Amino acid sequence: MNFPILSSLILLPTIGALFLLFFKDKDNSNTVKYVALFTSFVNFLISIYLWFLFDPSTSSFQFIEDKEWLKGFVNYKLGIDGISILFIVLTTFITPLCIVSVNSTIKVKLCDFLIAILIMESLMIGVFCSLDLVIFYLFFEAGLIPMFLIIGIWGGTRRVYSAFKFFLYTLFGSVLMLVAIISIYWLSGTTDILQLYEIGIDTKYQNLLWLAFFSSFAVKTPMWPVHTWLPDAHVEAPTAGSVLLAAILLKMSGYGFIRFSLGLFPIASELFTPLVYILSLIAIVYASLVALMQEDMKKLIAYSSIAHMGFVTLGIFTITQQGIEGSIIQMISHGLVSAALFFCVGVVYDRMHSRLIKTYGGLVLVMPKYSILFMLFTLAALGLPGTSGFIGEFLILMGAFKDNFLVAVIASSGVIFGAAYMLWLYRRVVFGNLTNKDLLKIPDLNNHEKFILWFLAIPVLFFGFYPEPLINTIEISVKNLIEMYNFNLNMGMSEVQNNG
Amino acid sequence: MDNLNLILPEIIISLSIMFLLVFGVFKKNSSNIIHNLSIFSLIIVTVLMFNNPFDNNINLFNESYKIDYLSSFMKTLTLLSGIFVLIISSRFLKICKIFQMEYSILILCSILGMFVMISSNDLIVFYLGLELQSLALYVLASFNRDNLKSSEAGLKYFILSALSSGLLLYGCSLIYGFSSSTNFNIIAETMNSHQYGLTLGIVFILVGLAFKISAVPFHMWAPDVYEGSPTSVTLFFAMAPKIAALTVFIRFLYVPFINMIDDWQTILVFLSIASMVFGAVAAIGQTNLKRLVAYSSIGHIGYTLAGLSVGTNEGIQSSIVYISIYLAMNLGLFSCLFMIKRNDQYFETIEDLSGLSKNHPLLSLSLLVILFSLAGIPPLAGFFAKFYIFKSVIEQSMYFLAIVGLLSTVIAAFYYLRIIKVIYFDKEKEKYDNDHSIWLKLSLTFSTLLILLYFIFPNKLVEIVSRINII
Repeated sequence: MNFPILSSLILLPTIGALFLLFFKDKDNSNTVKYVALFTSFVNFLISIYLWFLFDPSTSSFQFIEDKEWLKGFVNYKLGIDGISILFIVLTTFITPLCIVSVNSTIKVKLCDFLIAILIMESLMIGVFCSLDLVIFYLFFEAGLIPMFLIIGIWGGTRRVYSAFKFFLYTLFGSVLMLVAIISIYWLSGTTDILQLYEIGIDTKYQNLLWLAFFSSFAVKTPMWPVHTWLPDAHVEAPTAGSVLLAAILLKMSGYGFIRFSLGLFPIASELFTPLVYILSLIAIVYASLVALMQEDMKKLIAYSSIAHMGFVTLGIFTITQQGIEGSIIQMISHGLVSAALFFCVGVVYDRMHSRLIKTYGGLVLVMPKYSILFMLFTLAALGLPGTSGFIGEFLILMGAFKDNFLVAVIASSGVIFGAAYMLWLYRRVVFGNLTNKDLLKIPDLNNHEKFILWFLAIPVLFFGFYPEPLINTIEISVKNLIEMYNFNLNMGMSEVQNNG
Repeated sequence: MDNLNLILPEIIISLSIMFLLVFGVFKKNSSNIIHNLSIFSLIIVTVLMFNNPFDNNINLFNESYKIDYLSSFMKTLTLLSGIFVLIISSRFLKICKIFQMEYSILILCSILGMFVMISSNDLIVFYLGLELQSLALYVLASFNRDNLKSSEAGLKYFILSALSSGLLLYGCSLIYGFSSSTNFNIIAETMNSHQYGLTLGIVFILVGLAFKISAVPFHMWAPDVYEGSPTSVTLFFAMAPKIAALTVFIRFLYVPFINMIDDWQTILVFLSIASMVFGAVAAIGQTNLKRLVAYSSIGHIGYTLAGLSVGTNEGIQSSIVYISIYLAMNLGLFSCLFMIKRNDQYFETIEDLSGLSKNHPLLSLSLLVILFSLAGIPPLAGFFAKFYIFKSVIEQSMYFLAIVGLLSTVIAAFYYLRIIKVIYFDKEKEKYDNDHSIWLKLSLTFSTLLILLYFIFPNKLVEIVSRINII
């Protein structure tokens, strides 16, 4: 493979953003939008083509690019396996939809907004295909800049507070990861993930290093008790920002747990599994209960994200084939469903300029098409069979039952809570009497909105009925990951015993 | 004659200082010509620097003056900062009505002093250089004589600096007393055992040097002097003296006293941690941009010292990389400050930047890049600077220093974000002038692009610096 297809995936949106810079000061908002849309759509096609080229029957990394970067120290190394390809496709799929959505949501500085979104896309793709810890850190952190601006410039009334909270929480988590990355370099002599998989990391230091990585990923996931930035950021960000945040940024940490925590520190992961279980269960139950009490629709969905990500971390640390596969599918599904739900909230917010649930009620009378699609995504969010949400939760719970019965039972209660708050939200917004007379004037979905929501609905339903393509893609990679995990765990354990 | 050839840069600067002084006295209204001539002479000196091979390792004048890779590199940095200060400040000085011929001559004088400091291999030579540059800086700080704050800044700097020079001189005499020489090489040879006198001498000299680079707890003068001095002088303060003092730090600690690393390492680690934390915390409450830059420079000096405290060549190199990148960021930041003017009046509080992005999108974009880089967010140059520092710190397992340092970057990020918030999220004010000199625009573009695109060519600077091997 000579053509650097991964680098071009990363670079293309940035080039598009640079191109947009020339449109500054001019008031041709349509041209700007078409350029951005075109770039991101081409990127989507490339990523689909990449998925097509991808060979799911091998566990080794593919499309590897390896160039010297920091001399004798860090190489610019990219490559994908079955796990990363799905996230890349998710990213390139969500971004064009975000760009379509700006039509009704972004009123000022449209060009700058699109530049921020495109640069964000570059960085997010970079996170999912970097095979070097330093490169990963670079992409992981750099994403803070555009997201800070997206929340801060185009956000709601408390945007400054939320933007600062988002930035500082995430930065605080990540600096410890930087210490850990540099320590790994001095302990093992490389930051190349593939080499690290082979030589492993000194067992003495694994626990501390795991904690340092955990501090970063836990903030990003977000896990209880460092989740408080998420509701604020979601509520204040513009629709497209919330979508990017929920659909992709949160997935970076799940990806990080799989790729680094499990892959590099098996002994520590084994040791800290109870900790992750407890935090995940708290996240599931607590966030669901909090979601029940919310009066703000966006906040409710933000808390539901925390609960769903609780399932994801739970599944990952069951370290079973089903659990990890379930987590990945749950992440993809949550990426689609939460994006759709935020779009749904965005649709009514643009019409009524209120996110409060009590403003609405009886929407089914005035917006029947909207109600149908909203219904679909509500059901997908609560994991109804036939939607992609079901596959993920089901597999996670299967993995959990294999590992620990009690944990699985408590986690299952989260499914019931999930149904409760989602259905109650739907009932209050869509059904009931139409009491607010202002609602009578609002129109049903326009073409852009229909386009976005149908495009999200198709994969949700498709993968709900036919999850084969997803499972096929990740199966071998996950199997390989677990084998490697167990192998390194046994090696490490015997090493510890010999030392002890 | 060979010796003279090697110190040709110093000779040329001295000659041009004398010539320009005489020229200025006899010709009326010659500030403009003198300004241009001094830029010209600095450029000639830069060319001469590149003419000599950098790889020399020669001791001159009874081994009291050293020309090596370190000195050549640091002198080039000093020259570049001097040139940039001069070319972007002429317009500022004219508008502030303090465009006098002494200005550029004083800058030349202090650059000469810095050259002597950078090359010194002897306590007395070092002290001579230090005083030469300091005397010029006292006058520069109070250059805006009619301004109360500027006079106060000069006086404050003079008194405190004289005190620290006294301490430093006392340290020199202690070291001379215990090792019977002032030459670094001879001290290194004769120093055989731990003597308390020597340790005491090192402590006094470190105090004096820490004062010059404004490391906590010897930073008290910095905010006032930075605020009071004319902005172009503040820029000079933020760049050139730091380079020279850093070089002396390296030479002094690593040539004669490398064997006493256990004694001075703790001091440096303390200075470093105190500066990083204090610089980050104290800057939060500032409203004046120049004061804020002072506190941020205290913080940045902390990171530089962290690299120095490690005690390896990698540590020294990482400090030098840090200071080089820091110079570029400072240059960009001050270029932006020079652009915040309306009707011949400069503005320097954070509030004045409010909503800048609306009327001046490009200026705000550069400020955004520079501020995120100062905060150390990847992929900008400031991140790499910190990255190399912490790489060498962690190599020696100094985890505490690394973690404190990185956590204070999070605190520091807060006040950089606050400026960005003011620029991008707040309501706009009246438009500022757009008629900036081409040099100002060039230096801003240059530094912004350097910071932004550093990650594409991250090896160049490191390769150059990696040839500096002291130990």
